[in-house]
Amino acid sequence: MDLSFSARNVLAGSAILGVVGGVVGCFALLRRQSLLGDALAHAALPGVCLAYLATGSKTPLPLFLGALAAGILGALAILGTVRSSRIKEDAAIGIVLSVFFGAGIVLLTYIQKLPTGNQSGLDKYLFGQAATLVERDVAFMAALGAAVLAAVALFYKELKLLAFDRAFGESLGLPMRRLEVFLTALLAIVVVVGLQTVGVVLIVATLITPAAAARQWTDRLGVMLVLAAAIGAGSGVTGALASATLPRLPTGPAIVLAASAVLAVSLVAAPSRGLLWAWVRERRTAARVQRENLLKDLYRLGEEGDSWGPVTTPVLRGLRGGGAGDLARQARRLAAAGLVEISGDRLQLTAMGLTEAARVVRKHRLWELFLARRLELPSDHVHGPAEAMEHALSDEAVEELAAKLGHPLRDPHGRPIPPALPAVEAGR
Amino acid sequence: MSPEVVIQLVGAMVAAACALVGTFLVLRKMALLGDAISHAVLPGIAIAFFVTGTRAPLPMILGAGALGLLTVVLVEVFHKSGRLREDASIGVVFPGLFALGVILISRWAAQVDLDLDCVLYGEIAYAPWDLLVVGGRALGPKALWVTGATLAVNLAFVLAFYKELKLATFDPGLAAALGYAPAVLHYLLMAAVSGTVVGAFESVGAILVVAMLVVPPATAYLLADRLGVVLALAVACGVASALGGYWLARWWDASIAGAMAVVAGALFALALALSPRHGLTARLLARRRLGARLAGQLLMLHLDKGGRALPASDLAARFDWSERRLARELARLERAGWVVRRAGALALTPEGATALAETGRAALAHRS
Repeated sequence: MDLSFSARNVLAGSAILGVVGGVVGCFALLRRQSLLGDALAHAALPGVCLAYLATGSKTPLPLFLGALAAGILGALAILGTVRSSRIKEDAAIGIVLSVFFGAGIVLLTYIQKLPTGNQSGLDKYLFGQAATLVERDVAFMAALGAAVLAAVALFYKELKLLAFDRAFGESLGLPMRRLEVFLTALLAIVVVVGLQTVGVVLIVATLITPAAAARQWTDRLGVMLVLAAAIGAGSGVTGALASATLPRLPTGPAIVLAASAVLAVSLVAAPSRGLLWAWVRERRTAARVQRENLLKDLYRLGEEGDSWGPVTTPVLRGLRGGGAGDLARQARRLAAAGLVEISGDRLQLTAMGLTEAARVVRKHRLWELFLARRLELPSDHVHGPAEAMEHALSDEAVEELAAKLGHPLRDPHGRPIPPALPAVEAGR
Repeated sequence: MSPEVVIQLVGAMVAAACALVGTFLVLRKMALLGDAISHAVLPGIAIAFFVTGTRAPLPMILGAGALGLLTVVLVEVFHKSGRLREDASIGVVFPGLFALGVILISRWAAQVDLDLDCVLYGEIAYAPWDLLVVGGRALGPKALWVTGATLAVNLAFVLAFYKELKLATFDPGLAAALGYAPAVLHYLLMAAVSGTVVGAFESVGAILVVAMLVVPPATAYLLADRLGVVLALAVACGVASALGGYWLARWWDASIAGAMAVVAGALFALALALSPRHGLTARLLARRRLGARLAGQLLMLHLDKGGRALPASDLAARFDWSERRLARELARLERAGWVVRRAGALALTPEGATALAETGRAALAHRS
């Protein structure tokens, strides 16, 4: 691809930040410290200004060290305030974030008015101007990023323990408190490395958004780290490219929007955790419950008349209410599975349908009996819970229940419990 | 009105308006939602600007209010769906919306006077010269009107719903059971926060409005336990920060908004160190007093159990204390007249025995 030299620097810097931010962000996310990165970034500003005032130079290393020291001081201030007073963590984060930042702005305006001061170089720490990244900055980012990744790899097991079961780690005699400080320091390094690229306000997104997106796809930490690194790098590259091709599109916000888009897709469509699939599963379950209820109604009507002849739809709708369209759709699904026969507005259970309906009724009545006998609920209180359980009990569980109850023949209302029959292998 | 007075008045009114709603944010552990809203309103302001083509305050407040509520709803949806924890929801929602706002402004409004720096850290120093003009007549500085209206609305909100806010903050379950609709109140509060943020935006900027929302109420919370007092103290701290910040900024020739945050932070640090009940010094003193009392009781119990005069020499080793600490504790007990020293040996006085028995009874009464 035809990119200018400076655009290549931006691209490399954004990709490095994406990988390192994604990896460290996973631990922040899992430890419920998503907003600590935000506080660290804001707290770093006065450190940058003081380092500049002390050295008078804009070389990366002193500014980096100043930012790091101020960031860690901010993190300690949050920790100390929460531990030693009635101030809660959210307020402590808000206080440190805004007061340190205010002090930073005061220093920045002070520097601006110095005869020697020209704040344009420090300004980029505020809003992130990736375009100002030079080769030296990228090399610096790469070195620090590699160091952070190496540290995570070296202490992977310990960090995993810290993220999931701190108390267990303590019981093993591991220095969890020191590990916590270590992780915070790693977080501070990443935040400070990223400031120049995406700025104070948006840096938290390069940590949390890829991690949150990766979390939707997996339950394993190793996979999550790799995915978050990939999503971070991908959105970094996408943002940098978009900003290089389109005029007046700042890099930092473009990176964050790309990562946010990945998160939105992950929240909706990730297998098993995705909201879309959850909705589909819920719909399927609801439809199955309705079909099983219809079978059960047909069974009970036939049971009262002692013959399972055809039943008209108005009678069925009188039992449960609901729209005619719903009933027709459920009936068609049951007919397609060979469980009922439809003729005009009449429905009749087939032999297979009768077996299937008996299975549902058996679950219902056994559960009612269990509630009445074992939990000693009054018999007029057992129908409701059984309505729900009949759809959730497995065949194995219900036979175990029958054995425990001594293979009873009658439910608490005196109605017969249908015998256990082999399950029907039909589309349910 | 002189420019100096206008700036201080605007600052004080912003601080008071923020403290009123901020107190509830702090008490409900939602301080960071205020932070999120203050950033996420940016696209709302940008959209209002595109639609109307002006920086008229009302459309901007409406646009920002809508985005503020969107932030709250999104955070809640992500959180309630169980896919993200609350802190992570906040951490992904506000940067996304803020990034959107920055892109909208820099791509399509860079030439016009919707200045990003101004939005982020505000410039209260220009407030006296930005006049509100209605029908060709200048009605004084716009910021005075905007912040005055914000303060009036917040004051009316807190006064009108004081009882409901108090109940929903301290016992949301009871509030719901009594039919006070805490959810509705929650959204009203969030709307008030959004409006306040926008009202404060132009004078103190997006990031420092968080300082005004969170720091003075937290300071007040360290100093008082009653809601009414906390609210009053928060407003007082806010106003003091605004005025102190103004004069500090003049002295240093630096950003006024930044100096306000610094003063607010200094007041908080003072309260944290010196608050009579919840401060660090008070806690430290209380802990030392308790430690001394326990050590004295331990010593007396030991002497009592011995039933006779004991040599002082082996006591330090017995409790794993330094000689100096033992001497200090013994001196305290001797001053109280509870322990006497006879020929290098220690014994409990009758008064000491009574005091010890008293403590034992109190401990037993406490346990039962």
